[in-house]
Amino acid sequence: MSDEANKGLLSPLRRKLLMGMAAVPAITMLPRASFAQAPATSAVNTTGLAVTDTEVTVGILHSATGTMAISETGSIEAEKLAIEQINAMGGVLGRKIKFIQEDGASDWPTFAEKAKKLLVNDKVAAIMGCWTSASRKAVLPVMEQYNGMLYYPTFYEGLEQSKNVIYTGQEATQQILAGLNWIAKEKGAKSFFFIGSDYIWPRTSNKIARKHVENVLKGKVVGEEYYPLGNTQFNSVINKIKLTKPDVIFTDVVGGSNVAFYKQLKAAGIDLSKQALLTISVTEDEIDGIGGENIAGAYACMKYFQSLDNPNNKTFVPAFKKMWGEKTVIGDVTQAAYLGPWLWKLTVEKAGSFDIDKIAAASPGIEFKGAPEGYVRIHENHHLWSKTRVGRAKLDGQFELIYETADLVEPDPFPKGYQ
Amino acid sequence: MTDNRFFNRSELIGILVLAVFLVLVLPLTLDVFRLNLVAKYLTYAFVALGLVVCWGYGGILSLGQGVFFGLGGYCMAMFLKLEASSVANTKIQSTPGIPDFMDWNQITALPLFWKPFSSLTFTIAAIILVPGIFALIIGTAMFKRRVGGTYFAIITQAVAAILTILIVGQQGYTGGINGMTDLRTLKGWDIRPDHAKIVLYFFEVGCLFVCIMIAQFVRHSKLGRILVAMREKEDRVRFSGYSVANFKIFAFCVAAVFAAIGGAMFALNVGFMSPSFVGIVPSIEMVIYTAVGGRLSILGAVYGTLLVNFAKTSLSETFPELWLFGLGGLFIAVVLAFPNGLAGIWGDYVQPRIDGLISSRKPKPEGWTDSSVADGAPAE
Repeated sequence: MSDEANKGLLSPLRRKLLMGMAAVPAITMLPRASFAQAPATSAVNTTGLAVTDTEVTVGILHSATGTMAISETGSIEAEKLAIEQINAMGGVLGRKIKFIQEDGASDWPTFAEKAKKLLVNDKVAAIMGCWTSASRKAVLPVMEQYNGMLYYPTFYEGLEQSKNVIYTGQEATQQILAGLNWIAKEKGAKSFFFIGSDYIWPRTSNKIARKHVENVLKGKVVGEEYYPLGNTQFNSVINKIKLTKPDVIFTDVVGGSNVAFYKQLKAAGIDLSKQALLTISVTEDEIDGIGGENIAGAYACMKYFQSLDNPNNKTFVPAFKKMWGEKTVIGDVTQAAYLGPWLWKLTVEKAGSFDIDKIAAASPGIEFKGAPEGYVRIHENHHLWSKTRVGRAKLDGQFELIYETADLVEPDPFPKGYQ
Repeated sequence: MTDNRFFNRSELIGILVLAVFLVLVLPLTLDVFRLNLVAKYLTYAFVALGLVVCWGYGGILSLGQGVFFGLGGYCMAMFLKLEASSVANTKIQSTPGIPDFMDWNQITALPLFWKPFSSLTFTIAAIILVPGIFALIIGTAMFKRRVGGTYFAIITQAVAAILTILIVGQQGYTGGINGMTDLRTLKGWDIRPDHAKIVLYFFEVGCLFVCIMIAQFVRHSKLGRILVAMREKEDRVRFSGYSVANFKIFAFCVAAVFAAIGGAMFALNVGFMSPSFVGIVPSIEMVIYTAVGGRLSILGAVYGTLLVNFAKTSLSETFPELWLFGLGGLFIAVVLAFPNGLAGIWGDYVQPRIDGLISSRKPKPEGWTDSSVADGAPAE
């Protein structure tokens, strides 16, 4: 359904680009050539952002220290890579992107403080940042009060939509529903056991999953358990799994807890090649810590895997490794973080301005064909249209793509019937 | 001899200098954003001040002050959150009129214990009474059984851990790990714009000075002397007929109430409250502020808090990936080289010189012994 719409959106854009390209040689003939190429700062920046004739400043706000550093480092790296690539192509509206990096230190109020600093003190034109829902919730009022623009990369629970945020990760229904449909059809799964970390994202995700299992798939949820963040003792829940023998273990355990969970699962003799396990919280980054041998055979529901076989990804992965080392792995969120600076650049160019209000208005319909996950487009609700994919973990820590939705899945942060 | 006086001359000068610094120098030199950061730092100064009374003078090391900071902060945040969750503001929810996080957790009516927090009077009373009574209960349970020292410190840590787990686990009622965000107005007055931040800053500084005066009063009264005596030789005080437990409970309650006021100020100034201020790590950080300032010095606590937090902000802005090492280095250096913190540096190096200058000009014997008795305690 989306393809027709794409073409409609595409052609005026392409025409504009072509016209622009045609105009470039003409402009260079003018005397003030080098200045004329970039539109005047006063025209593209009417609200006092940090934009000069040659530079535009953006903020990067993630945890470089603390418990979340292990997850957020990938996002920082991806954003820096995107910025470098955009600069190599000539920047945004003729201006090089300069970034100011701030450390949220895995502490939500610090995120709010640093976001405020970036907006009030540094007048950044956009912020690429946040990871956990808690940090986003802390930053959101700041973004709305001081009218900033946040590109948020993580898959999250939904129930939110803001003029001042572009959500480049999946909201819950986009991530979960297609995966559940697939496993119900493919494995004939009827009974599910939910295990999650105890905070808003797993609870909301499981609530949506439960409604889908019970109302749509006509299956049964035989258990639902939550553990505090950082928990390392999963023996009791593993015993319950052995007793209830669910067709599918559905997990959204986050962070370091995963290491303990999968090791104990293996030690308890649950063989993931026979027992189906679907996770929505383990990416290549986490497998780095868990160890491929402990999780091989598990299914993960994401929108991106490092192993994706498409031309964009084939240039993205080597570029990433060249900048950050051969051993780095690229998870779902890292890829989503990479989209942030690109989507912002495309939006600024469409709006012809760095002004936040114009960017917010211009965002819907922005499409990025160079995304490593494939084509993405921004929806009216500031989330991305993207595909849902299921991968199976391999011994070497990579995922093998098993299934992907035929079409882009529409983002629906306030899903009817799932609340 | 000085029992009925609040302060001696050097303390008076110190307080005046601090007043000039906080009321004139900082507001005139900093922009509103930085001033608001100072307001945030100063909320911890309340806790540090309480720790001076309880740890510095009473010798009771509490590693759980975050509990009281959190209780005060959550009381304030509940009031502000209720006001921000008017039916008009929460139209998109399935149940309008309740805080957003309740709606996300499928709670459809305001829980009973939230209801009184729609009254500001009740909230202000709760900010003082809830932590005060909680400290009274813990203090009575511990000190009446003569639990003290390390055991007490460990128990306070356990309380901090328990409260964090409780808050995170009951996310439908407390906002869980996200905390309470997006606090907007106080009785219809928007707390977010710049001019409100300035008003709140001066209000907070005013409260801080009231607390400093109370701490000064405790220190210079007989009560303060008994606290110091207790710290130095608990048994002697007990054998002299004093009820040691009651004095300890008092000091602990004062520290708890100070911390709670700080927490409430935090919610007002930052517009935010979360369990990350309640747990063990922030509680220990608060002890570090006191240690850096000098745990025997009331004013040192304020300067210590400001210095550590300022270092934290500026180091993390300059070296986003390495700043924790810098901060760690600062702590180690202070503890190794100056066990009595900033106040120790002042007392050992700066003060004698100033005194020397003054006395060489006009020799005037005055009773300095007072401060040397109270402050001359050895570091543990």
